[in-house]
Amino acid sequence: MSKPIKQVHLAAHFPGVNNTTVWSDPRSGSHIEFKSFVEFAAAAERGKFDFLFLAEGLRLREQNDKIYDLDVVGRPDTFTVLAALAAVTEHLGLTGTINSTFNEPYEVARQFASLDQLSAGRAAWNVVTSWDAFTGENFRRGGFLAQDQRYARAKSFLDAARELFDSWPADEVVADKDSGVFVRDGLPGPVSYHDAHFDIEGQFTVPRSPQGRPVIFQAGDSEEGREFAASTADAIFSRHGTLEAGQAFFSDIKGRLAKYGRRPEDLLVLPAATFVVADTDAEAIELAAEVRRQQVSGQTAIKFAEQVWNRDLSSYDPDGPVPEIDPLEGEHTIARGRASVRMYTDRLATAREWREIGAQHKLSLRDVVVHTTARQNFVGSPTTVAHTINDYVQADASDGFILVPHITPSGLDHFVDTVVPILQDLGVHRSEYTGTTLRDHLGLPVPEREGREDAQVAS
Amino acid sequence: MSTTHDAPEALDAETTPTENPARQLHLAVALDGAGWHPAAWREPTAQPELLFTADYWIDQARTAERGLLDFVTIEDSLGLQSTDPLGPDGRNDQVRGRLDAVLTAARIAPVTSHIGLVPTATVTHTEPFHVSKGIATLDYVSTGRAGWRAQLSASPAHAEHFGRRTIDGFDPADLASPEVLALIDDLFDEAADFAEVVRRLWDSWEDDAEIRDAATGRFVDRDKLHYIDFASRHFSVRGPSIVPRPPQGQPLVTALAHVTSAYRFAARSADVIFVTPFDTTQVGSILDEVRSEITAAGRKTSQVRIFADLVVFLDSDAATATERKARLDALDGTEYRSDALIFTGSAAELADLLAAWQAAGLDGFRLRPGAVPHDLDAITDDLVPELQRRGLFRENYLADTLRGHLGLPRPQNRYAATSSTTTAALEATTAQGVSA
Repeated sequence: MSKPIKQVHLAAHFPGVNNTTVWSDPRSGSHIEFKSFVEFAAAAERGKFDFLFLAEGLRLREQNDKIYDLDVVGRPDTFTVLAALAAVTEHLGLTGTINSTFNEPYEVARQFASLDQLSAGRAAWNVVTSWDAFTGENFRRGGFLAQDQRYARAKSFLDAARELFDSWPADEVVADKDSGVFVRDGLPGPVSYHDAHFDIEGQFTVPRSPQGRPVIFQAGDSEEGREFAASTADAIFSRHGTLEAGQAFFSDIKGRLAKYGRRPEDLLVLPAATFVVADTDAEAIELAAEVRRQQVSGQTAIKFAEQVWNRDLSSYDPDGPVPEIDPLEGEHTIARGRASVRMYTDRLATAREWREIGAQHKLSLRDVVVHTTARQNFVGSPTTVAHTINDYVQADASDGFILVPHITPSGLDHFVDTVVPILQDLGVHRSEYTGTTLRDHLGLPVPEREGREDAQVAS
Repeated sequence: MSTTHDAPEALDAETTPTENPARQLHLAVALDGAGWHPAAWREPTAQPELLFTADYWIDQARTAERGLLDFVTIEDSLGLQSTDPLGPDGRNDQVRGRLDAVLTAARIAPVTSHIGLVPTATVTHTEPFHVSKGIATLDYVSTGRAGWRAQLSASPAHAEHFGRRTIDGFDPADLASPEVLALIDDLFDEAADFAEVVRRLWDSWEDDAEIRDAATGRFVDRDKLHYIDFASRHFSVRGPSIVPRPPQGQPLVTALAHVTSAYRFAARSADVIFVTPFDTTQVGSILDEVRSEITAAGRKTSQVRIFADLVVFLDSDAATATERKARLDALDGTEYRSDALIFTGSAAELADLLAAWQAAGLDGFRLRPGAVPHDLDAITDDLVPELQRRGLFRENYLADTLRGHLGLPRPQNRYAATSSTTTAALEATTAQGVSA
């Protein structure tokens, strides 16, 4: 029996504060003004996407003890932008990345439950953790977590938030004018959550929202992160965009679900994906190479190399060879507020690899950085890109993709206008929204209220 | 309030048309639930089943905008509504539950065009970094119409929702006891630090920090981004903000104040202060006290607008309004009382009162509608035209920003002014040019 054809889930990542975003392009607009978000969301909704995705960072990045100024800097508040976008969209899901280290469950649960009410069921929360004292300097709680504590705290945070989301029965608000009963129980939303991280006692203030709880995303890729996602998340935002890596990740994650009593379809795997679409494959390949060089200027190449070498390389020529000097081992000190530096676990090996690539292909440092860091996931004509995306999904490399354009805010337009119709013709992407909530779009049921009896309140 | 009113005399008193903003008053409405009377949700025209939907709040903001009001405030708190200051009261016959006010304001912003949006955000258990970027972003999504009502929480129940510290509750009747005063002073001191951090973060980007200089590859001029390096016994915050300086430079900060420690906090921190006089004499004495606190805080009284809060029940005549309130009181089982004066009467009578209090020195009024939609509609449809006839209220919006509605200029950036002698010299030149 052949496998049933899967639907491709598509989402749109608002361009972020890294070098993927090409701000120097003449078409590049504001990353802050609301009209950019309106235009971007409109394109996603025109393409019948599942949701829009916002990342977050709570401290401006620094390198060499200075604010990093080569990429887009600054972004608006996630919750506030999503609530405003609810006013100018009708179906699009609204996914916000919110940190569990520098927030409190009561407040974040109020904000997400409110967003779900104000958007009539379109809210999602990408739960991320951080541990760095650098970001902590912006917060009164200050402090930070031991790295091995961050998932424990995140798990507690999410457990507490779930208890808050579940605290009001769906029929708590009666609002019967004649009898004068507004809420069934005079003490609605009771919450009692106590563990090593949180002590929460009292009443939640937001009635149960249309989705029951917002959709929960998880983005970590470590062993702990994967287990965390398998146990609690509705979707995972991964970075494994190639076919083989995607299939390996997909099967690993889906294989972890059974021990939590969950089915494969209860957790969607949605990698981030960059793309370049042009009229022909040849033009797209050429354009993609051009974009990669825009993304990695000579200065940017030096900064990337510094993140591997963990030392000041400002005296090196990006058009010269890869530095012969060895990276500094030990604690990473050159770049702060940047999670990606953790990828370079063996700096000496990475440096060696870069030198080999440079020598073998006669590439400059900048070319090596372009070669190793910036390749787009999908490059080609609309037909090629549509079929490749569909093939990946049908081959279980993912359940769909969170597309990351490199131009704000118009970077999605061409994809929506040319690739989406082909996916629709293939019968793997909706032509009209068939539901109203994000859970509807993702095929996820409204969750039961966990561990609570929905029986009538004893009088 | 008098039950008879000589309307023609009031009209005669103002025969010249209105285009004198200096003598016009400012009007805001305070949105909360189904209105401020706890039984308002049971009124025939109330829609309590819609309280937790976006459209309910949009409709109210649009009604206020139709009335050309300066702004709406949106109440909020980090716990359930209650008649008991120490915690939940267990009553199920009043509105319980509330959406986050900042997000509600953000949801309203794109579908309104002129009305200012002033959500409440609590300072006691929250992060100034988050509140600062939330209100800055509200200013972006509303293109310059954002404000913030800074509110502290002395509730032991709210503290238990966070579990980070214990707050001993107090009965308002014990307001004079030294322990209670010390607690309140401490909370207001923390609130002032909080507001200072929020304001510094708003200024932590100079207006022209984003340069997009292709030649040098720099997106920002990092010399125009500033660490705020705030440290006090309450907390420390490094900065800069992740959000560039908002359209108004400094969104409007507001605070409700009833006692000296609150006046002191508001005088240090707020652009608009809501006070609660019960008669003209109190208007004078409160204004004297607040203005002396403003001066003591090193600010100019011309930089601050002082509004009186009033709960209003508006009908064709005082008897009808009084009867309506009495009916609601009976439904609730208690006579509704408030920290602010409760007005029952006609729009013309309210206009008389507002005019008299404005003459006593107030800049404006924040009206708390007793019941929505009834009293909110009456503010827009009856009170505003009455004030316009007297030349006391604008005929059209004359500005696009909230600060603009209130005649408050866009402030200089504190960091830009001190970080560059060139900028300072330029400002001096400009100032001379203006005064010449």
